[in-house]
Amino acid sequence: MSEKNVVPEKFNREVKMRDFDPQFKRNLRKVPCFQKLRLCFQCGTCTADCPIARFSDVYHPRRFLRMTQLGMKDRVLGSEALWLCAACFTCVDHCPQGVDIAGVLRALRNMAVAEGIVPPVFRELTGNILKTGYAYRIPALRLKKRIERGLPVLPKANMNDVAKLFDVLAISKVMKKENR
Amino acid sequence: MAGLRYLLFLGCAIPYRMPSYEVSARKVLERLGVEIVEMPEFNCCGLPLDSVDHDAMLVLASRNLCLAEQKGLDILTLCPGCAGTMHKVNMKLQEDKKLKEHINGFLNEIGMHVEGGKIRVRHLIQALSEDIGLDKIKETVVKPLADLKVAEHNGCHVLRPAKYIGFDDPENPVLLKRLIEATGSECLDYLYETDCCGAPIIGVNDKIPLYLAGDKLRNIKAVKADALITVCPFCHMMFDINQSRIERLLSEKFGIPVIHYPQLLGLAMGFTPKEMALNELRVDATKILNSK
Repeated sequence: MSEKNVVPEKFNREVKMRDFDPQFKRNLRKVPCFQKLRLCFQCGTCTADCPIARFSDVYHPRRFLRMTQLGMKDRVLGSEALWLCAACFTCVDHCPQGVDIAGVLRALRNMAVAEGIVPPVFRELTGNILKTGYAYRIPALRLKKRIERGLPVLPKANMNDVAKLFDVLAISKVMKKENR
Repeated sequence: MAGLRYLLFLGCAIPYRMPSYEVSARKVLERLGVEIVEMPEFNCCGLPLDSVDHDAMLVLASRNLCLAEQKGLDILTLCPGCAGTMHKVNMKLQEDKKLKEHINGFLNEIGMHVEGGKIRVRHLIQALSEDIGLDKIKETVVKPLADLKVAEHNGCHVLRPAKYIGFDDPENPVLLKRLIEATGSECLDYLYETDCCGAPIIGVNDKIPLYLAGDKLRNIKAVKADALITVCPFCHMMFDINQSRIERLLSEKFGIPVIHYPQLLGLAMGFTPKEMALNELRVDATKILNSK
Protein backbone atom coordinates (compact mmCIF):
# COMPACT_ATOMS: atom_id res chain seq x y z
CA MET A 1 0.00 0.00 0.00
CA SER A 2 1.24 3.45 -0.81
CA GLU A 3 2.02 5.41 2.30
CA LYS A 4 1.50 8.81 0.72
CA ASN A 5 -1.91 10.37 0.29
CA VAL A 6 -3.66 7.99 2.62
CA VAL A 7 -4.98 11.04 4.42
CA PRO A 8 -5.36 13.63 1.66
CA GLU A 9 -5.68 17.20 2.83
CA LYS A 10 -5.38 20.54 1.10
CA PHE A 11 -2.25 22.61 1.39
CA ASN A 12 -2.04 26.07 -0.16
CA ARG A 13 1.35 26.46 -1.81
CA GLU A 14 0.83 30.07 -2.84
CA VAL A 15 2.72 32.55 -0.66
CA LYS A 16 2.21 36.32 -0.66
CA MET A 17 4.42 39.08 0.76
CA ARG A 18 1.69 40.02 3.24
CA ASP A 19 1.96 36.54 4.77
CA PHE A 20 5.25 37.57 6.40
CA ASP A 21 4.93 39.24 9.79
CA PRO A 22 8.25 40.82 10.91
CA GLN A 23 6.90 41.51 14.41
CA PHE A 24 6.15 37.79 14.87
CA LYS A 25 9.78 37.00 13.97
CA ARG A 26 11.10 39.57 16.43
CA ASN A 27 8.90 38.20 19.23
CA LEU A 28 10.16 34.68 18.62
CA ARG A 29 13.76 35.67 19.39
CA LYS A 30 12.79 36.03 23.06
CA VAL A 31 11.47 32.46 23.36
CA PRO A 32 14.26 30.00 24.28
CA CYS A 33 13.30 27.10 21.97
CA PHE A 34 13.31 29.37 18.92
CA GLN A 35 16.90 30.50 19.38
CA LYS A 36 18.30 27.52 17.47
CA LEU A 37 15.59 27.69 14.81
CA ARG A 38 17.72 29.95 12.59
CA LEU A 39 20.21 27.06 12.32
CA CYS A 40 17.68 24.98 10.33
CA PHE A 41 18.96 24.65 6.75
CA GLN A 42 15.98 22.65 5.51
CA CYS A 43 17.70 19.29 5.10
CA GLY A 44 14.35 17.59 5.75
CA THR A 45 15.60 14.89 8.12
CA CYS A 46 12.75 15.74 10.51
CA THR A 47 10.11 15.14 7.86
CA ALA A 48 11.82 12.06 6.41
CA ASP A 49 11.95 10.40 9.83
CA CYS A 50 8.55 11.59 11.10
CA PRO A 51 6.12 8.68 11.56
CA ILE A 52 3.14 11.03 11.19
CA ALA A 53 4.47 12.61 7.96
CA ARG A 54 4.52 9.12 6.41
CA PHE A 55 0.73 9.27 6.49
CA SER A 56 0.03 12.97 6.01
CA ASP A 57 0.65 15.39 3.19
CA VAL A 58 0.14 18.47 5.34
CA TYR A 59 2.06 17.70 8.50
CA HIS A 60 5.71 18.16 7.50
CA PRO A 61 7.85 19.50 10.37
CA ARG A 62 10.35 21.04 7.92
CA ARG A 63 7.58 23.17 6.41
CA PHE A 64 6.63 24.54 9.84
CA LEU A 65 10.25 25.41 10.60
CA ARG A 66 10.63 27.34 7.32
CA MET A 67 7.29 29.14 7.66
CA THR A 68 8.24 30.14 11.22
CA GLN A 69 11.68 31.36 10.09
CA LEU A 70 9.92 33.53 7.51
CA GLY A 71 7.45 34.87 10.06
CA MET A 72 4.31 33.45 8.45
CA LYS A 73 2.33 33.90 11.65
CA ASP A 74 -1.25 33.38 10.49
CA ARG A 75 -0.41 30.41 8.30
CA VAL A 76 1.48 28.71 11.12
CA LEU A 77 -0.79 29.47 14.07
CA GLY A 78 -4.00 28.90 12.14
CA SER A 79 -2.89 25.58 10.66
CA GLU A 80 -4.74 22.46 11.75
CA ALA A 81 -1.61 20.47 10.92
CA LEU A 82 0.20 22.24 13.77
CA TRP A 83 -1.71 19.89 16.09
CA LEU A 84 -0.57 16.70 14.34
CA CYS A 85 2.82 16.35 16.04
CA ALA A 86 2.64 13.25 18.28
CA ALA A 87 5.66 14.39 20.35
CA CYS A 88 7.62 11.17 19.75
CA PHE A 89 10.81 13.31 19.64
CA THR A 90 12.36 11.36 16.75
CA CYS A 91 13.03 14.65 14.91
CA VAL A 92 14.67 16.14 18.02
CA ASP A 93 17.07 13.19 18.24
CA HIS A 94 17.84 13.20 14.50
CA CYS A 95 18.22 16.94 13.69
CA PRO A 96 21.85 17.51 12.58
CA GLN A 97 21.58 21.17 13.63
CA GLY A 98 20.31 20.45 17.13
CA VAL A 99 17.00 22.25 16.65
CA ASP A 100 14.42 21.26 19.27
CA ILE A 101 11.78 20.77 16.60
CA ALA A 102 9.09 19.28 18.86
CA GLY A 103 9.78 22.14 21.28
CA VAL A 104 9.30 24.73 18.52
CA LEU A 105 5.99 23.13 17.52
CA ARG A 106 4.87 23.02 21.14
CA ALA A 107 5.75 26.72 21.59
CA LEU A 108 3.82 27.56 18.41
CA ARG A 109 0.82 25.68 19.79
CA ASN A 110 1.07 27.69 23.01
CA MET A 111 0.99 30.87 20.89
CA ALA A 112 -2.04 29.62 18.97
CA VAL A 113 -3.79 28.94 22.29
CA ALA A 114 -2.98 32.48 23.49
CA GLU A 115 -4.77 33.68 20.32
CA GLY A 116 -7.79 31.60 21.29
CA ILE A 117 -7.18 28.65 18.96
CA VAL A 118 -7.63 25.47 21.01
CA PRO A 119 -8.65 22.15 19.39
CA PRO A 120 -11.66 20.65 21.23
CA VAL A 121 -9.69 17.64 22.56
CA PHE A 122 -7.18 19.93 24.31
CA ARG A 123 -10.02 22.08 25.63
CA GLU A 124 -11.57 18.94 27.11
CA LEU A 125 -8.33 17.63 28.68
CA THR A 126 -7.59 21.04 30.21
CA GLY A 127 -11.16 21.30 31.51
CA ASN A 128 -10.87 17.84 33.09
CA ILE A 129 -7.65 18.82 34.87
CA LEU A 130 -9.23 22.07 36.07
CA LYS A 131 -12.21 20.17 37.47
CA THR A 132 -10.63 16.98 38.83
CA GLY A 133 -6.84 17.33 38.74
CA TYR A 134 -6.76 14.36 36.35
CA ALA A 135 -6.72 14.42 32.55
CA TYR A 136 -9.73 12.09 32.37
CA ARG A 137 -12.98 12.08 34.29
CA ILE A 138 -12.86 8.62 35.81
CA PRO A 139 -16.41 7.26 36.34
CA ALA A 140 -17.40 6.49 39.96
CA LEU A 141 -18.17 2.89 38.98
CA ARG A 142 -14.56 2.33 37.89
CA LEU A 143 -13.30 3.78 41.18
CA LYS A 144 -15.59 1.36 43.04
CA LYS A 145 -14.42 -1.58 40.90
CA ARG A 146 -10.80 -0.79 41.86
CA ILE A 147 -11.61 -1.42 45.49
CA GLU A 148 -13.66 -4.56 44.74
CA ARG A 149 -10.65 -6.11 42.99
CA GLY A 150 -8.29 -5.17 45.82
CA LEU A 151 -6.59 -2.14 44.28
CA PRO A 152 -5.89 0.84 46.57
CA VAL A 153 -8.34 3.74 46.54
CA LEU A 154 -7.44 6.33 43.88
CA PRO A 155 -6.88 9.49 45.93
CA LYS A 156 -8.74 12.68 45.05
CA ALA A 157 -6.36 15.34 43.73
CA ASN A 158 -5.83 18.39 45.95
CA MET A 159 -8.21 20.66 44.08
CA ASN A 160 -7.50 23.58 46.36
CA ASP A 161 -3.88 23.57 45.17
CA VAL A 162 -4.74 22.87 41.53
CA ALA A 163 -7.24 25.75 41.45
CA LYS A 164 -4.75 28.16 43.03
CA LEU A 165 -2.07 27.19 40.50
CA PHE A 166 -4.47 27.63 37.58
CA ASP A 167 -5.37 31.08 38.89
CA VAL A 168 -1.78 32.29 38.72
CA LEU A 169 -1.11 30.47 35.46
CA ALA A 170 -4.02 32.33 33.90
CA ILE A 171 -4.68 29.54 31.40
CA SER A 172 -8.18 29.34 32.81
CA LYS A 173 -8.72 32.78 31.23
CA VAL A 174 -7.53 31.55 27.84
CA MET A 175 -9.81 28.54 28.12
CA LYS A 176 -12.80 30.78 28.71
CA LYS A 177 -12.19 32.60 25.42
CA GLU A 178 -14.33 31.38 22.55
CA ASN A 179 -12.72 28.79 20.27
CA ARG A 180 -12.07 30.63 17.04
CA MET B 1 19.42 -4.41 45.52
CA ALA B 2 17.84 -5.12 48.86
CA GLY B 3 15.16 -2.72 49.94
CA LEU B 4 14.06 -1.15 46.65
CA ARG B 5 11.26 1.28 47.45
CA TYR B 6 9.34 3.48 45.05
CA LEU B 7 6.52 5.95 45.22
CA LEU B 8 4.02 4.66 42.65
CA PHE B 9 2.67 7.37 40.36
CA LEU B 10 -0.40 5.94 38.61
CA GLY B 11 -1.24 8.87 36.35
CA CYS B 12 -4.67 9.29 34.78
CA ALA B 13 -4.85 6.89 31.83
CA ILE B 14 -4.21 3.69 33.78
CA PRO B 15 -6.98 4.12 36.41
CA TYR B 16 -9.21 5.41 33.60
CA ARG B 17 -8.96 2.43 31.26
CA MET B 18 -6.04 0.04 31.95
CA PRO B 19 -6.60 -1.78 35.27
CA SER B 20 -5.06 -4.92 33.71
CA TYR B 21 -1.71 -3.10 33.43
CA GLU B 22 -1.82 -1.92 37.04
CA VAL B 23 -2.97 -5.25 38.50
CA SER B 24 -0.24 -7.22 36.70
CA ALA B 25 2.52 -4.67 37.45
CA ARG B 26 1.71 -4.61 41.17
CA LYS B 27 1.79 -8.43 41.44
CA VAL B 28 5.04 -8.73 39.51
CA LEU B 29 6.77 -6.00 41.54
CA GLU B 30 5.64 -7.64 44.77
CA ARG B 31 7.08 -10.98 43.63
CA LEU B 32 10.38 -9.21 42.89
CA GLY B 33 10.46 -7.89 46.45
CA VAL B 34 9.98 -4.25 45.45
CA GLU B 35 8.20 -2.14 48.04
CA ILE B 36 5.50 0.12 46.61
CA VAL B 37 4.49 3.22 48.55
CA GLU B 38 1.19 4.80 47.47
CA MET B 39 1.02 8.52 46.78
CA PRO B 40 -1.37 10.10 49.32
CA GLU B 41 -2.51 12.40 46.51
CA PHE B 42 -1.21 13.57 43.15
CA ASN B 43 -2.32 15.43 40.04
CA CYS B 44 -1.95 14.88 36.28
CA CYS B 45 1.74 14.73 35.28
CA GLY B 46 1.20 17.81 33.11
CA LEU B 47 1.87 16.29 29.68
CA PRO B 48 -1.58 17.00 28.17
CA LEU B 49 -1.15 20.68 29.08
CA ASP B 50 2.24 21.11 27.40
CA SER B 51 0.61 22.00 24.09
CA VAL B 52 -1.76 24.45 25.76
CA ASP B 53 0.55 26.19 28.22
CA HIS B 54 4.16 25.07 28.77
CA ASP B 55 4.28 26.71 32.20
CA ALA B 56 1.20 24.76 33.30
CA MET B 57 2.93 21.50 32.36
CA LEU B 58 6.07 22.49 34.27
CA VAL B 59 4.07 23.49 37.35
CA LEU B 60 1.89 20.35 37.47
CA ALA B 61 4.93 18.08 36.96
CA SER B 62 6.87 20.02 39.61
CA ARG B 63 4.07 19.69 42.14
CA ASN B 64 4.26 15.90 41.80
CA LEU B 65 8.06 16.05 42.08
CA CYS B 66 7.62 18.09 45.28
CA LEU B 67 5.42 15.39 46.82
CA ALA B 68 8.11 12.79 46.07
CA GLU B 69 10.90 15.04 47.36
CA GLN B 70 8.99 15.45 50.63
CA LYS B 71 8.86 11.65 50.97
CA GLY B 72 12.45 11.26 49.82
CA LEU B 73 11.47 8.45 47.44
CA ASP B 74 12.05 7.82 43.72
CA ILE B 75 8.91 7.92 41.58
CA LEU B 76 7.92 4.78 39.65
CA THR B 77 5.40 5.12 36.83
CA LEU B 78 3.80 2.61 34.48
CA CYS B 79 3.12 5.27 31.85
CA PRO B 80 6.00 6.50 29.65
CA GLY B 81 4.23 9.85 29.20
CA CYS B 82 4.25 10.53 32.94
CA ALA B 83 7.80 9.18 33.33
CA GLY B 84 9.23 11.16 30.40
CA THR B 85 7.51 14.39 31.38
CA MET B 86 8.40 14.34 35.07
CA HIS B 87 11.94 13.08 34.41
CA LYS B 88 12.60 15.86 31.88
CA VAL B 89 11.23 18.53 34.21
CA ASN B 90 13.26 17.08 37.09
CA MET B 91 16.46 17.38 34.99
CA LYS B 92 15.62 20.85 33.66
CA LEU B 93 14.98 22.18 37.17
CA GLN B 94 18.35 20.85 38.23
CA GLU B 95 20.32 22.34 35.31
CA ASP B 96 18.48 25.67 34.97
CA LYS B 97 18.40 27.81 38.14
CA LYS B 98 16.33 30.54 36.45
CA LEU B 99 13.66 28.03 35.46
CA LYS B 100 13.58 26.67 39.00
CA GLU B 101 13.05 30.16 40.38
CA HIS B 102 10.29 30.76 37.84
CA ILE B 103 8.48 27.53 38.76
CA ASN B 104 8.91 28.05 42.50
CA GLY B 105 7.26 31.45 42.02
CA PHE B 106 4.08 29.55 41.08
CA LEU B 107 4.50 26.84 43.72
CA ASN B 108 4.89 29.54 46.39
CA GLU B 109 1.15 30.17 46.03
CA ILE B 110 0.46 26.73 47.52
CA GLY B 111 3.33 26.76 50.02
CA MET B 112 5.51 24.34 48.08
CA HIS B 113 9.10 24.46 46.86
CA VAL B 114 10.71 22.15 44.30
CA GLU B 115 14.43 21.28 44.29
CA GLY B 116 14.84 19.21 41.13
CA GLY B 117 17.26 16.32 40.77
CA LYS B 118 16.77 15.27 44.40
CA ILE B 119 14.86 12.13 43.54
CA ARG B 120 14.67 10.03 40.34
CA VAL B 121 11.71 9.34 38.08
CA ARG B 122 11.67 5.81 36.68
CA HIS B 123 9.46 4.02 34.21
CA LEU B 124 8.65 0.37 34.97
CA ILE B 125 11.06 -1.01 32.33
CA GLN B 126 13.83 1.35 33.43
CA ALA B 127 13.42 0.10 36.99
CA LEU B 128 13.24 -3.54 35.85
CA SER B 129 16.34 -3.31 33.60
CA GLU B 130 18.57 -1.03 35.61
CA ASP B 131 17.48 -1.09 39.27
CA ILE B 132 16.21 -4.64 39.69
CA GLY B 133 18.26 -6.29 36.96
CA LEU B 134 17.83 -9.21 34.57
CA ASP B 135 19.46 -11.73 36.93
CA LYS B 136 16.95 -11.09 39.67
CA ILE B 137 14.08 -11.27 37.16
CA LYS B 138 15.35 -14.56 35.72
CA GLU B 139 15.45 -16.04 39.25
CA THR B 140 11.70 -15.47 39.58
CA VAL B 141 10.84 -17.13 36.26
CA VAL B 142 9.55 -20.59 37.10
CA LYS B 143 7.41 -21.27 34.02
CA PRO B 144 9.42 -20.08 30.99
CA LEU B 145 7.22 -19.21 28.03
CA ALA B 146 9.31 -21.14 25.52
CA ASP B 147 7.81 -21.44 22.00
CA LEU B 148 6.18 -18.04 22.34
CA LYS B 149 7.34 -15.58 19.67
CA VAL B 150 6.44 -11.95 20.32
CA ALA B 151 7.22 -8.45 19.03
CA GLU B 152 7.82 -5.39 21.19
CA HIS B 153 6.75 -1.75 20.99
CA ASN B 154 8.64 0.66 23.27
CA GLY B 155 6.79 3.80 24.35
CA CYS B 156 8.53 6.81 22.74
CA HIS B 157 8.87 8.70 26.00
CA VAL B 158 10.83 5.86 27.65
CA LEU B 159 13.58 6.50 25.08
CA ARG B 160 13.32 10.02 23.65
CA PRO B 161 14.61 12.69 23.64
CA ALA B 162 17.83 10.76 24.23
CA LYS B 163 19.57 13.86 25.60
CA TYR B 164 17.28 13.88 28.63
CA ILE B 165 16.15 10.28 29.01
CA GLY B 166 19.51 8.54 28.56
CA PHE B 167 17.97 5.04 28.66
CA ASP B 168 18.84 2.37 26.10
CA ASP B 169 19.57 3.26 22.45
CA PRO B 170 16.49 4.86 20.86
CA GLU B 171 17.76 3.91 17.37
CA ASN B 172 18.09 0.25 18.28
CA PRO B 173 16.42 -0.36 21.64
CA VAL B 174 17.33 -3.74 23.15
CA LEU B 175 16.51 -3.53 26.85
CA LEU B 176 12.80 -4.36 26.52
CA LYS B 177 13.84 -7.24 24.23
CA ARG B 178 16.16 -8.56 26.95
CA LEU B 179 13.31 -8.29 29.49
CA ILE B 180 11.05 -10.25 27.14
CA GLU B 181 13.72 -12.89 26.57
CA ALA B 182 14.06 -13.27 30.33
CA THR B 183 10.54 -14.78 30.31
CA GLY B 184 11.76 -17.49 27.94
CA SER B 185 9.96 -16.15 24.88
CA GLU B 186 11.62 -15.05 21.68
CA CYS B 187 11.46 -11.37 20.64
CA LEU B 188 11.27 -10.77 16.88
CA ASP B 189 12.42 -7.73 14.89
CA TYR B 190 10.02 -6.07 12.46
CA LEU B 191 9.92 -3.16 10.02
CA TYR B 192 9.43 0.35 11.49
CA GLU B 193 9.76 -1.15 14.98
CA THR B 194 10.78 2.11 16.68
CA ASP B 195 8.00 4.23 15.13
CA CYS B 196 5.45 5.96 17.36
CA CYS B 197 1.95 4.40 17.60
CA GLY B 198 0.27 7.74 16.85
CA ALA B 199 -1.97 7.72 19.94
CA PRO B 200 -1.15 11.31 21.06
CA ILE B 201 -3.02 12.79 18.08
CA ILE B 202 -6.18 10.69 18.49
CA GLY B 203 -8.90 13.30 18.93
CA VAL B 204 -7.17 15.78 16.61
CA ASN B 205 -7.06 13.42 13.64
CA ASP B 206 -8.05 9.77 14.08
CA LYS B 207 -7.20 8.47 10.62
CA ILE B 208 -3.45 9.07 10.67
CA PRO B 209 -2.85 7.13 13.92
CA LEU B 210 -5.15 4.31 12.78
CA TYR B 211 -3.20 3.96 9.50
CA LEU B 212 0.09 4.23 11.36
CA ALA B 213 -0.80 1.61 13.98
CA GLY B 214 -2.31 -0.55 11.20
CA ASP B 215 0.98 -0.38 9.30
CA LYS B 216 2.83 -1.53 12.41
CA LEU B 217 0.34 -4.38 13.02
CA ARG B 218 0.81 -5.49 9.39
CA ASN B 219 4.59 -5.56 9.85
CA ILE B 220 4.19 -7.49 13.11
CA LYS B 221 1.92 -10.02 11.42
CA ALA B 222 4.44 -10.37 8.59
CA VAL B 223 7.08 -11.74 10.97
CA LYS B 224 4.48 -14.15 12.43
CA ALA B 225 4.57 -12.81 15.99
CA ASP B 226 2.11 -14.48 18.38
CA ALA B 227 1.59 -11.24 20.31
CA LEU B 228 2.73 -7.66 20.70
CA ILE B 229 4.22 -6.53 24.02
CA THR B 230 3.65 -2.93 25.14
CA VAL B 231 4.70 -0.87 28.17
CA CYS B 232 2.41 2.13 27.72
CA PRO B 233 -1.34 2.62 28.30
CA PHE B 234 -1.63 4.78 25.15
CA CYS B 235 0.23 2.40 22.84
CA HIS B 236 -1.87 -0.40 24.30
CA MET B 237 -5.08 1.51 23.56
CA MET B 238 -3.91 2.05 19.96
CA PHE B 239 -3.07 -1.60 19.28
CA ASP B 240 -5.58 -3.46 21.48
CA ILE B 241 -8.70 -1.33 21.98
CA ASN B 242 -8.48 0.19 18.49
CA GLN B 243 -7.43 -2.98 16.67
CA SER B 244 -10.95 -3.82 15.47
CA ARG B 245 -11.40 -0.21 14.28
CA ILE B 246 -8.11 -0.46 12.35
CA GLU B 247 -9.19 -3.78 10.84
CA ARG B 248 -12.45 -2.22 9.63
CA LEU B 249 -10.69 0.85 8.21
CA LEU B 250 -8.04 -1.12 6.33
CA SER B 251 -10.28 -4.13 5.50
CA GLU B 252 -7.57 -6.38 6.88
CA LYS B 253 -7.56 -8.96 9.66
CA PHE B 254 -4.73 -8.88 12.22
CA GLY B 255 -5.94 -10.68 15.36
CA ILE B 256 -2.74 -9.89 17.24
CA PRO B 257 -3.11 -10.04 21.04
CA VAL B 258 -1.50 -7.05 22.76
CA ILE B 259 -0.05 -7.88 26.17
CA HIS B 260 1.32 -5.54 28.84
CA TYR B 261 4.91 -6.54 29.65
CA PRO B 262 4.18 -7.27 33.34
CA GLN B 263 1.41 -9.66 32.24
CA LEU B 264 3.95 -11.63 30.20
CA LEU B 265 6.46 -11.64 33.05
CA GLY B 266 3.73 -12.61 35.52
CA LEU B 267 2.76 -15.66 33.44
CA ALA B 268 6.41 -16.75 33.42
CA MET B 269 6.46 -16.27 37.19
CA GLY B 270 3.62 -18.80 37.44
CA PHE B 271 0.67 -16.47 37.93
CA THR B 272 -2.53 -17.64 36.22
CA PRO B 273 -3.87 -15.75 33.17
CA LYS B 274 -6.81 -14.68 35.35
CA GLU B 275 -4.47 -13.27 38.02
CA MET B 276 -2.71 -11.29 35.28
CA ALA B 277 -6.12 -10.00 34.08
CA LEU B 278 -5.46 -11.42 30.61
CA ASN B 279 -9.22 -11.84 30.15
CA GLU B 280 -9.60 -8.05 30.20
CA LEU B 281 -7.73 -7.52 26.93
CA ARG B 282 -9.86 -6.69 23.90
CA VAL B 283 -8.04 -9.04 21.51
CA ASP B 284 -8.22 -12.56 22.97
CA ALA B 285 -4.78 -13.48 24.33
CA THR B 286 -5.73 -16.73 26.05
CA LYS B 287 -5.72 -18.68 22.75
CA ILE B 288 -2.03 -18.27 22.10
CA LEU B 289 -1.22 -19.46 25.61
CA ASN B 290 -3.48 -22.51 25.42
CA SER B 291 -2.02 -23.63 22.09
CA LYS B 292 1.55 -23.46 23.42
